[in-house]
This record gives sequence, C-alpha cells and structure tokens, in this order.
Amino acid sequence: MSKVQNVIGDIHLSDDGGRKFAGKSGLHPLSRLSVTFFFILTVISFSKYEMSGLVSMAAYLIIIGILHEYSFRMTLWRILPALVPLGILGLANLFLDQSTYGQMGSITITKGMVSMAVLILKGVFCIIAVYFLILMIGMEGICYSLGQLHMPEEFVTVLFLIYRYLMVLLKETQRLMQAYKLRAPGQRGLHVKTWGAFVGQLLLRSMDRGERVYESMQLRGYGNEYHDVYHKSSHGYPLVKAFPSILYVLVWAAVFLCLRFFPVFQIVGGFNWKRF
Amino acid sequence: MHMADALVAPVVAGTMYVASGVSLGYSIKKVRLEDDPKKIPAMGVMGAFVFAAQMLNFTIPGTGSSGHLTGGMMLSAILGPEAGFLTMAGVLLVQCLLFADGGLLALGCNIWNMAFYGCFIGAAVIWRQMMKKQVSKRRIIAASIIGCLLTLQLGAFSVTLETLASGVTELPFIIFVAAMQPIHLAIGLVEGCITAAVLVFIYEVRPELLWGCEAETAEKKSRFSYKKTLAVLGVTALVMGGLISLGASANPDGLEWSMERVAGTAELSRDGEAINLAGQIQETTAILPDYSFRGSEAVTGTMFSGVFGGVVVLGLCIGGCYLLRFFRNRTIKHE
Repeated sequence: MSKVQNVIGDIHLSDDGGRKFAGKSGLHPLSRLSVTFFFILTVISFSKYEMSGLVSMAAYLIIIGILHEYSFRMTLWRILPALVPLGILGLANLFLDQSTYGQMGSITITKGMVSMAVLILKGVFCIIAVYFLILMIGMEGICYSLGQLHMPEEFVTVLFLIYRYLMVLLKETQRLMQAYKLRAPGQRGLHVKTWGAFVGQLLLRSMDRGERVYESMQLRGYGNEYHDVYHKSSHGYPLVKAFPSILYVLVWAAVFLCLRFFPVFQIVGGFNWKRF
Repeated sequence: MHMADALVAPVVAGTMYVASGVSLGYSIKKVRLEDDPKKIPAMGVMGAFVFAAQMLNFTIPGTGSSGHLTGGMMLSAILGPEAGFLTMAGVLLVQCLLFADGGLLALGCNIWNMAFYGCFIGAAVIWRQMMKKQVSKRRIIAASIIGCLLTLQLGAFSVTLETLASGVTELPFIIFVAAMQPIHLAIGLVEGCITAAVLVFIYEVRPELLWGCEAETAEKKSRFSYKKTLAVLGVTALVMGGLISLGASANPDGLEWSMERVAGTAELSRDGEAINLAGQIQETTAILPDYSFRGSEAVTGTMFSGVFGGVVVLGLCIGGCYLLRFFRNRTIKHE
C-alpha cells in the first residue's frame, strides 16, 4: 500500500472512531483531551532512572485499549516509526553512562541501560496516548475542545479546514503520482526536472479545488465554524454529559498522581497478603 | 526534526509553549488586521497542500535516495509570515495527532523549531529583503535555498538545545551539534531546491500568488500592458522596415539562387495567357514594385516600402482580430 493510501486510511480510522464514540460515551471531548494531556505530562515528569513508576503508567493505556477494543497490531504499527530517533538517542545513553544501577544475577545493569529504556518507554506511552485520543474523539472533537478552551477562532478554523481539505488533496496527489509513475516506470521518486512543475501544478490545482470546496461549503451554510457533533444529536438532545465528564477527569488525575508519587508496584508487591 | 514528547522535560515544554503561543497570538492579530475573508480558506488549502506534498518523494540526484518537503518557507512565500506561521502550526498539530509525528507536549518546541524560523526568519527577513528591490528567478532560487538552509540550521540547533536542557540524553553538546547540523544542512539544501523549483514555477505561471511580490507583479503587468506592447511592436516594425531594410542583402534569396543554379536565370520566362494576364495585373496594382517607387531606384523608395508594408500588415492583423471578435461576440449573443 502506498504512503498516501496509508494516510487516507488513518484519516478514515480517526473519523470513524471519533464519530462512533462521540455518541456512545457522552463524555465531553475536552475531558478526554485533558486526561491525555495530564497523562503525557505525568509520563514525562518521571526522571530518567525511574523505571517502575513509569511502567505503572501503562495501566491507563491498557484500560483504555481494552475498553475500546483497539487493535494491538495497529497500535504497534503506529509506534514503530518513532522508535528510530528515540533508539538512536537512547543508544548514546547506553554507551556514555556506564555507572552501575543495580545487579540482576550476574548481569550488571548500568544507568545508561535504564535511561535508554525509560526514554523509549516514555516515547511509546505518549504516542499511544495521543493515538487513543484521536481514535476516541477524532479531529472534530479536538477542534471542538480547542474552541471550548477559547483558542482563537482563526486557528481552530484553519486546523479544521486543513483536516477537511486533506482528504481531497491527498486523493489529488495520489492521482497525479499514479499518472507520473505510469509515465516513468521504475523511477524512485520524482525526477529533479519535474520538481517545480509537478508540485507547482499540485499547488495550483489544490488552490482551485480548495476554492471550489469552500464555495460549496458556504453555499450549504458554512460560516467559518466547525460542525459540532458533540453539542446536540440529530434530535436536538445534548450528547455531552457534564457530570460524568468532570468525574472522568478527576478520577484519572487522582490515579496519575498516585502512580507518580507513590511506588504502587512496590506497595502492592510488599503487601502482606497472608493476612487475608 | 519533529521532537517526541519523551525528549522534552515539562519545564522546557512549558517554556516553548509560551514562546510559540506568543508568536501565535501575534500572528492571529496580524491576520485579523488583514481582514481578508479569503485568507482563512486559503490557509486551510495551503496547509493541506503542504501535507500532501510531504507524501511525495523527490529523487536526490547522484545519491539514489529521496527526500521530502517540510514546507514552512514555501507556505510563507505564498501566504506571508503570519498566515504561514498559523498554517504551519495547524499542520504540525495535525501531524502530531493523526500521524504521531512529534509529541503533543513537545508541540510548542516543534512549532518554534519548524514554523517560527521558517516563517519569521525565512520569509519575513530573507524572502522579504531579497524580493524588496526586484523579483527574478535568480532571486527566488537564492532566497529559497538560503532561507531553507538557515532556518533548518536554526531549527536543528534549537532541537539540540531543548533536548540538552531537558536532560534526557548523555550526549555532550559538541557531539550532538556535530551530528545534527551537517545532516540538516543536506536536508536544507534539498528542501531549498524543491522550494525554489516550485516557487519559480509559480512565478512563471501565477506571479500574483507570491507574497511580497505584488508591487513587482503589478509593475510587471503595467510594463507589459496591452497598449504598451502594441506601441512597442509598432515602433519596432517601423524601425525594422524603415532603417534596417536598407541593410537588406542585395544577393538573390534562396529560391532565386537555386533557380539561377538550375536554369541559369533568376526569373523564368512567362508563357501562357493566364500567366501573362496575372503578371500584368500585378504590375499595374503594385504600389511599390520591387520595393521602390515606380520608375525610381532611390533609397527613399526602399525605406518607404518597408514602413508602408509594416503599417499595412499591422493594420490587417489588428483589423482581422477586431473582425474576429465582432463575429464571435455576435455568435455568443445569438446563442
């Protein structure tokens, strides 16, 4: 599958996920965004040698992943590209920080090993959290949340339009690229002589196409605002429930704080279970 | 150059969010002041275009590898620095959310490293300065390459500083910088070449789309207006016909030369009634036979014939065009 097709698939996935879940849960998308943001903030606040505390943060991802039945394979696929730069930086730690962290049998664990693992784990957790967020609320939910946060209207509209035009222009790119490939078989990428004309043509076509799309949107009543799927259902009833949304944020915030400041794994492991 | 969340500490992320937020606020204020209703949709299209263009692989000559576009400089060269910055921030947010390219918490850093330098240094300083006096292909190429090289170097240097300030790597500053800068020099060069190729194409096809070149484009348009072009063509035709025709070769032309070689004479004998009649008509009707006044070999005759011929041809062309337009309009009206 080509790169463009992969991206189109990703957009469809987020669109479908967002729409499906918006009606089901009744949670305000801002609550999802806040929890994700708080999760990432907690994850990156761990120091570079705090392995056990960081691992405990996986609880959130596991719970969300299982509850929403997200594909493990797709999640793994999402992480892979980001692992390369993190791995390279982590390797530097492995070689440059050789001081002993601990002993596991006969194997000496260096601080470099731990900091490398922590770095990669942090990256992986953050990527999965954002991926789950987009699957849960979609781009429309993000735009709606940003609007609720009083982000400037211009920025939110631009963001929304980029997302809306993306599909149209990606398909245009795919068509152009397909035509080019058929005329230049076996060639890797665009030839230097065609850089200007090819991308320039794409740009001019994009602008014309975009203008037509925008005019059609305006004719259908669009006035620089994003379609609000969360505010009201097709029957006019509000879909978002305020109390569960607030509770959702508070519960997860409490969980993250516990996992951050208390060694939950050690407490659970050291508990005298024989008493029961 | 997209930084992942794992590479930044909360303090660094927060600081960069503030810095990028201030730039965003300034840009929004400027875009609002422009008050152009078509600006926002154009920004949306351009953002999506940059995204789509990033999907293309560009063959790097002589290396067998391919690179892709970042687009900050190109966006600003078309939309202007403030609108370009806003659009680029939107693109980075979509990249982060949809494609895991850069972190959500590191978004402030990414906006600063890629959008701020690309738009405010690349376009507002380099592009604007270079296009101030005159717009030409050479200037567009130079501005694109210098802009991309410089802004990518600044961005890469910022990535190094932000990562080191976050304390996530054991890499010493010098080694990190030595690894980051040269690779981004190569990337910047490729990006600059792609940007230059596209902007030159736009300059040739739709120059009015380029930011900061509006005055030049208007001047260019007025310089080559319809009336002026006709006047220049007319004067050229008169000069060519009146003066340069004097220096025309007296030697026989290609056909005459060939006939002289084959038949021994440049003018064949005319036999037959029809040919003789046609010859007589031509001699009687020709105002300036053999490019001179009748019965005179004076130089003024040749000059006059050049000027007269030019005026008649121009008149015929213009008259023909107006006639064609008249009939076309009449047909459209009837339809």
